Amino acid sequence: MTSPSGIAISDLNKAFGDTHVLKDISLEIAPGERVVVIGPSGTGKSTLLRSLNFLDRPDSGTIRVGDLSVDAAKASRGDILALRRRTSFVFQNYALFANKTARENITQALITVQGKSTADANARADAILRETGLADKANSYPAALSGGQQQRVGIGRAMALDADLMLFDEPTSALDPEWVGEVLDLMRRVAEKRQTMLIVTHEMQFAREIADRIIFMDGGHIVEQGPPSQLLEAPQDPRTKAFLRRVV
Amino acid sequence: MSALDFGYMWSLVPILLSYVPLTLFMALVGMAFALVLASAMAVERVFRVPVLDHFVRLFISFFRGTPLLVQLFLFYYGLPQVLSFMSGINGVSATIMGLTLHFSAYMAESIRAAIMGVDRSQWEAAQAVGMTQGQMMRQIILPQAARVAAPTLVNYFIDMIKGTSLAFTLGVTELMGATQKEAAGSFLYFEAFLVVAAIYWIMVEALAFGQRHLEVYLNKAHAR
Repeated sequence: MTSPSGIAISDLNKAFGDTHVLKDISLEIAPGERVVVIGPSGTGKSTLLRSLNFLDRPDSGTIRVGDLSVDAAKASRGDILALRRRTSFVFQNYALFANKTARENITQALITVQGKSTADANARADAILRETGLADKANSYPAALSGGQQQRVGIGRAMALDADLMLFDEPTSALDPEWVGEVLDLMRRVAEKRQTMLIVTHEMQFAREIADRIIFMDGGHIVEQGPPSQLLEAPQDPRTKAFLRRVV
Repeated sequence: MSALDFGYMWSLVPILLSYVPLTLFMALVGMAFALVLASAMAVERVFRVPVLDHFVRLFISFFRGTPLLVQLFLFYYGLPQVLSFMSGINGVSATIMGLTLHFSAYMAESIRAAIMGVDRSQWEAAQAVGMTQGQMMRQIILPQAARVAAPTLVNYFIDMIKGTSLAFTLGVTELMGATQKEAAGSFLYFEAFLVVAAIYWIMVEALAFGQRHLEVYLNKAHAR
């Protein structure tokens, strides 16, 4: 028996006060699979992503990433750190470290968390900056970068971690329209490497192109899921149909 | 009104300047201790450590709520009567202790506000990449809080330099005490205190000059 791979989420629950945001969410993601989550706003999509690395602490359920399994109800500080070190996160508002240059944003965790030498971390960061088209911005601080450039650094920071699962929380929603294309292009390149990705987005065309599977969430539940052709062209649930009529 | 005795004032300058190192010593040591204590209290206030939080709040409340002079008298004249190990305390140590505790209470609050001012998403980003709380505070949050807090902290340091003059009331012959002695000998009070006022003023202005350079340095990540 080989050690388990991929991601398994079972019976995940999260409430904010009286509002039950995630209701018994169960989901498996195969290694290299690219999963896109869609659904109306306020439906728990972001909370699902943020629960997976405990930015929002889930109330119950288990999260397994590879051979690391964490029981949400009794997760210790060590469990949470271990989970965060197997995942990476791209934020809607970039969330770059404002006191660090583009290169330092990428090397920060490589050095402090992964224990790489500064030279190794810099080499990795420079390779990523070339890949993201930001080689000339290595020494720029976030305040001097456009929204699109900042988000590409944000994605580069997440790429550098070589995580088992990359989480994208509406990565283009805060961008001016002119910068959306370059960020989606970069995400396509990440997807081409068969990186395991879980993406919340409203970019339907993009979802159709890169997703192996699309999940429709509503009211804290996974309502329906399937390959893009099936879910987008032939939705079964009335809620999915109603949502797709509004957004496509 | 008689004319100022400029000759006397000029002769006082080197005498009084020789007390400047003691003034700066008390202020610098007080500031160094206060920065450490205030940062620790500010971080505690942000995370609200159970039990400890009550003590820190009481500490801040007391040292902000009572006059510095009262605190100095408590440490120098009061505490040695009840705590035997304090009996050997000298005026300079009592002044440094008073300045440290008094100003750390104020500084803790402005450092706390600066920490809270760092964009919430950067805390989350630091957590998301797997940094520990200590790494996050040291490398991401506190350096940015320092930039925001710097102008206020320099202000407190200025206040602290002037606050060292209260050591005079504990019998320490520092800048203020020396001026008082000189004036009592010459009866030229106006001239003597004018000279000492100018010395304090120049020290503070030199510091304000340094502050501008500090702010340029701390702002380098935010220049466009």
